[in-house]
Amino acid sequence: MEVYLDNSATTKCSKRAVDTMVNLLTADFGNPSSLHSMGAKAEEYVKEARKKIAKTLKAEEKEIFFTSGGTESNNLAILGCVEANKRAGNHIITTAIEHASVQQVFEHLKEEGYRVTYLPVDVSGVISLEALEEALDEETIFVSIMQVNNEIGTVEPIEEAVQLIRKKAPKAVIHVDAIQSYGKMAICPKKLKIDLLSVSGHKIHGPKGSGFLYIKDKTKIKPILFGGGQQKGMRSGTENVPAIAGLAEAAAEAYDHLEENVSHMYGLRDYFIEEVTKIEGVTVNGSTGMQAAPHIVSVSVEDVRSEVLLHSLEEKGIYVSAGSACSSNKPSVSRTLKAIGLKNNLLDSTVRFSFCESTTKEELDYTIANLKEIIPFRRKFTRK
Amino acid sequence: MYKSFLIKYGEIAIKGKNRYLFEEALTGQIRYALRSVDGEFEVRRLQGRIYVDALSEYDYDEVLEALSHVFGIVGICPVVLVEDEGFDKLAEDVIAYMDKVYPDKHITFKVNARRARKNYPMDSMELNAALGEKILDAFPEIKVDVHNPDVLLCVEIREKINIYSTEIKGPGGMPVGTNGKAMLLLSGGIDSPVAGYMIAKRGVAIDATYFHAPPYTSERAKQKVVDLAKIVSKYSGPINLHVVNFTDIQLYIYEKCPHEELTIIMRRYMMKIAEHFANENHCLGLVTGESIGQVASQTMQSLAATNAVCTLPVYRPLIGFDKNEIIDISEKIDAYETSIQPFEDCCTIFVAKHPVTKPNLKVIERSETKLSEKIDELMKTAIDTTEVIHITAED
Repeated sequence: MEVYLDNSATTKCSKRAVDTMVNLLTADFGNPSSLHSMGAKAEEYVKEARKKIAKTLKAEEKEIFFTSGGTESNNLAILGCVEANKRAGNHIITTAIEHASVQQVFEHLKEEGYRVTYLPVDVSGVISLEALEEALDEETIFVSIMQVNNEIGTVEPIEEAVQLIRKKAPKAVIHVDAIQSYGKMAICPKKLKIDLLSVSGHKIHGPKGSGFLYIKDKTKIKPILFGGGQQKGMRSGTENVPAIAGLAEAAAEAYDHLEENVSHMYGLRDYFIEEVTKIEGVTVNGSTGMQAAPHIVSVSVEDVRSEVLLHSLEEKGIYVSAGSACSSNKPSVSRTLKAIGLKNNLLDSTVRFSFCESTTKEELDYTIANLKEIIPFRRKFTRK
Repeated sequence: MYKSFLIKYGEIAIKGKNRYLFEEALTGQIRYALRSVDGEFEVRRLQGRIYVDALSEYDYDEVLEALSHVFGIVGICPVVLVEDEGFDKLAEDVIAYMDKVYPDKHITFKVNARRARKNYPMDSMELNAALGEKILDAFPEIKVDVHNPDVLLCVEIREKINIYSTEIKGPGGMPVGTNGKAMLLLSGGIDSPVAGYMIAKRGVAIDATYFHAPPYTSERAKQKVVDLAKIVSKYSGPINLHVVNFTDIQLYIYEKCPHEELTIIMRRYMMKIAEHFANENHCLGLVTGESIGQVASQTMQSLAATNAVCTLPVYRPLIGFDKNEIIDISEKIDAYETSIQPFEDCCTIFVAKHPVTKPNLKVIERSETKLSEKIDELMKTAIDTTEVIHITAED
């Protein structure tokens, strides 16, 4: 049995997306900038994709900008906005548990001289609103908060945070990294009152190398890539038409069946948590209930190293992620797991299971059965 | 412009009656190295020389790169071969050669002629003078310097006439295959690939044994070892890599023996298994990347304890090297970047905080008696389930 439980790393591309892409790679392969009909046809696909995606966010078409994926969306949002607003202030805020494609950009800006605040989180990974309130001041020009944490699945209180920000730092531009939440919950940037939102295609059964940034109309932002002036100059470079159309198909599919998919995944998640915590020495990290995403379960297993557990599961055809990639040569401890105060001995004993709408209860039963065998056996052989 | 390369070899020229064996091995190794180069080549031996002739278009740098991996080669000379059609034609050819190879004529030169075919009408001295004069006439800017010329133009009168003026240094050593075969214990680290390279340099062909410990070590760790074996095989020729699943033996030792002796006992069983495959493959010795004192298992006492299980000699070409010296060679043979990829190695999985550094052989042997119940069976299974991967540099 092959059980893929690493959907937060990447997903299988949907058939609808693949079919669309094959056509765009082999038949309608024109460049949207070309003046002839082949170009016009390609442009039509991009427009159509933009329309489909805008619909999922209840946004306007002109607010969707296609990128090469989550990393580029986050980079464009942060670098583009901070650059455009640098005269308004010098202070930027994010959380202690962001993905590297946000955190590393903030580190870069810190070196450039910006004052950076990293918001702490509680044991469930929820950001401290008090710390946010305290950090906000007139100098604050940019705040970036992820909607769902990629390692533990915690949902951040975006609405409350936005209210605070709008009250105390009216100039600040608000960015939400929605890479793990898009396709797993209804998101309306207008309702959330945010300015920027990042999405990646391959996390929602779209192709790798696809993604977009929602930029609220009239947001002050500058491009970070320069060239032919495509996408209103915000993102130069020939549009990756197959990826864009594939992403739009995947997005439409996700939102067409959102409610049933999500309730299916919540059911799986709760079942999995219940069963896995029955095993001795096993705990689950992050929030529970609706305060956590439906598709991510972070599991700590006492006295079994994550890499060993991962490869033991792999031998049984089960694919998961190590919560914190750690090897004897280069220890790289997860910032998120550290930030939630996970005990030191568990930092390197945490794996992430992540589901998608096609995950089945049988697959989870098979996984649980194997965990019940693997964990006590591997525990006998610990490093002394 | 060059269609041929003259291969110069050092040490093997002095090997008396065995010489043809060495030359045969060297031509074989050159052919092997050229298999990874696009184009068709002929390697031939002629009057105590080896020539590589290009029969098709080829990339000059690629050929030099491939030849620079062949042990036994001391120098590589890109050469122009011309028929003997009298002195005037030779002078023309030499002038054309100089014109093409040295577009800037503000240089000094000296002709070094050699009359290997004694029926040629002019002797070496006469040729030096006559050809020098022709070149001076052809290019007014050029000057002669007999002591320290920029260009030493070699003209050798053989069956054909050889014209060349550059010699690219080869790697030296002896052609692989002229000194038997040895079994290399290959890990994913920095040292063992270098040890393989060093032993191959002395003409020894190699096979290798790698100990894999899933799920403690990953597929990527194994792939890394395959990649390293490929790098070594550029120098050593094809390698049969034995991938032994060592997990059960390791876990059994963990259960039965004192923890601080785990590494040393484990290494003793590794040596036994490697020796088994060495004998099976007609290897004359084992090769390891050990260097005295580098880690706990490489003290004099530890080496003695691991050595004690083998009857074959164990060669340790890095024994007197410091780590940075080993790294230098690793970088030179392009293995370093691969070696430092951070995958767990089977030796470090259960390593004790304070492993024994001065093991006493008697004590170790006594600990091993606790393994008597199952170890033979586990060893047999490990040997029977070993996967052999045939590795060559070209794929």
